[in-house]
Amino acid sequence: MNRLGVLIMRLEKRPERSAAMALASPFMALAMTVVTAAAIFALRGNNPFIALYVYFVEPLTALWSVEQLLVKASPLILIGAGLAVAYRANIWNIGAEGQLTAGAILAGAVPVFFTQWQSPLTLAVMIVLGIVGGMLWAAIPALLRNRFNANEILTSLMLVYVVQLMLDYLVRGPWRDPQGFNFPKSVTFADWQLLPYLTPGIHAGVLVSILLALLLGFMVSRTIKGFEITVSGLSPRAARFAGFSEKRTVLFCMMLSGGLAGLAGAFEISSVVGQLQPQISPGYGFAAIIVAFLGRLNPVGVIFAGLLLALSYIGGEAVQTALQIPDKITRVIQGILLFYILACDTLINYRVVFAAPVGGRT
Amino acid sequence: MDILLVLLTIIMTAATPLLLAALGEMVTERSGVLNLGVEGMMVMGAVAGFGGAYATGNPWIGVLASIVAGMFMSLLFGFLTLTLLANQVATGLALTLLGLGLSALLGESFVGQPGVKLPSLGGIDPLVPFALFMVFAVGKFLFGTKMGLVIRAVGNSHTSAHALGYNVIGVRYVAVLFGGAMSGLAGGYLSIVYTPQWVENMTAGRGWIALALVVFASWLPFRILAGAYLFGTISILSFVLQAQGSGIPSQFLSSLPYLGTILALVVISGNKALTRRNTPASLGQPFVPDR
Repeated sequence: MNRLGVLIMRLEKRPERSAAMALASPFMALAMTVVTAAAIFALRGNNPFIALYVYFVEPLTALWSVEQLLVKASPLILIGAGLAVAYRANIWNIGAEGQLTAGAILAGAVPVFFTQWQSPLTLAVMIVLGIVGGMLWAAIPALLRNRFNANEILTSLMLVYVVQLMLDYLVRGPWRDPQGFNFPKSVTFADWQLLPYLTPGIHAGVLVSILLALLLGFMVSRTIKGFEITVSGLSPRAARFAGFSEKRTVLFCMMLSGGLAGLAGAFEISSVVGQLQPQISPGYGFAAIIVAFLGRLNPVGVIFAGLLLALSYIGGEAVQTALQIPDKITRVIQGILLFYILACDTLINYRVVFAAPVGGRT
Repeated sequence: MDILLVLLTIIMTAATPLLLAALGEMVTERSGVLNLGVEGMMVMGAVAGFGGAYATGNPWIGVLASIVAGMFMSLLFGFLTLTLLANQVATGLALTLLGLGLSALLGESFVGQPGVKLPSLGGIDPLVPFALFMVFAVGKFLFGTKMGLVIRAVGNSHTSAHALGYNVIGVRYVAVLFGGAMSGLAGGYLSIVYTPQWVENMTAGRGWIALALVVFASWLPFRILAGAYLFGTISILSFVLQAQGSGIPSQFLSSLPYLGTILALVVISGNKALTRRNTPASLGQPFVPDR
């Protein structure tokens, strides 16, 4: 009985979940997003075909913009892969943006305090500190959940605001570049504090991100730890009977996803940004939530999803320069995409039956 | 004495959006639905409220627009989670991400424009006593009427409620829409009353604080009132200390409401007996009618 649902549409549970639908759903969602984007462009008075071309296709036609795409995909893949693992276990870390910031702060402390320390180790220390920063920041909600039963969704999100304000304080106050004409920025990082570049446009972090995502994909599908995580998410009761500790899983998943977000923060400031400033990410930590779902909560799928979300950022910049459409359209398209994925995912476990609503079925 | 009265008025003014949004979310959660999209519904309410008032010059049209915008967003949420049985946590996050993006796009031309403020009646903004009234009304409704009992029954055991012949999905749609209306109104309060202007992302996490307030209040209306006023006090305190030039970095003071939220969650959630007594038992679980 689904009187208030759509009148003639009814969901019928499939005998088992459809693997084909799980794969098809992101593509269906993408197609629906493109159609909706076209409608938005048309409503704004732009030619939808030109706008769609500029947004989704043109960035893929030039070498420099493809390089840009990979660079933007790097943090999305890193964070998304970690979140995918956590969400598998039903652990909802939504504070990756804050963990990214915490990683950037700790990594950035090296150039700020040891400006002259030039060694092959400098960058390595920055990267390790970035991971540690993200892990520690993510450990707070994990411990609060384990010890006090506090909801990690709310605490991890609140900590985003807290650490962003901390960064703001640092770059306007004690960490501000004395020679920086009072701009709220730290010293500009020197060559040896920056990531090496594989090509003129692609830094080494891109490669690391993809490798780490593959590694996590292996962990999820081929190791006991991965099995433990998947079971914890699918059936907490079964996980308890199997002797898997819930608290350990919470801590592991939070610190894994936090550490990867912190790594992304360290990569960002030691490549694209090149210093600490009040804002170091255009919301990668939140967009990575979409990446995780689009990638089917599978770290390997996340690689493709990360590239697509990176395209949404670049396309947004492209329509702004070419067609004067505000780049805020990016976040609308990202949000709509997630909505459509979640809607299409219904088809994994249910099929749609068109019939008059009936009270009971035999 | 006078200063105390002024202070109380300021605190009430700051607490009202939290109070409105948290009351709405509490009713939604009492029906067993966890809508994490409060921030998104609120920010859409804010942009629609500003736009409605700005376009017509009538702030009451703005108030209406904010309610409609919040309800529209919650309807999207309801369709996904109730009709399509999508995961409530993920859908709530999607609602917030979409709301923040869509409001930024829609409000593009409002940035820097002077807003239309809702006139105050005798120095009191009409929405402040309205929020207080709603505390009583929602309390009376949930615990003193049959419809309220049905909502709580649906939230505590949807299978039993269904077996008794209640339309679980229908009741939940109503509760979700009420939550959307209240969140939208809370957003409209920000852009029409509190600071009559449109600033991108102007809800600044208030939707999330409202969600935490519901847990903090263990799903009871009068505790939401207490919690909202407590948070109003914290945010006013940080304002006052900043204005006084206390020497404490302003960023630290601005982070107090967020730290306070974490602290409140820790204190309340740590007390398992208290939380368990009032948490709707079916909270967050999808209901499949034909089973």
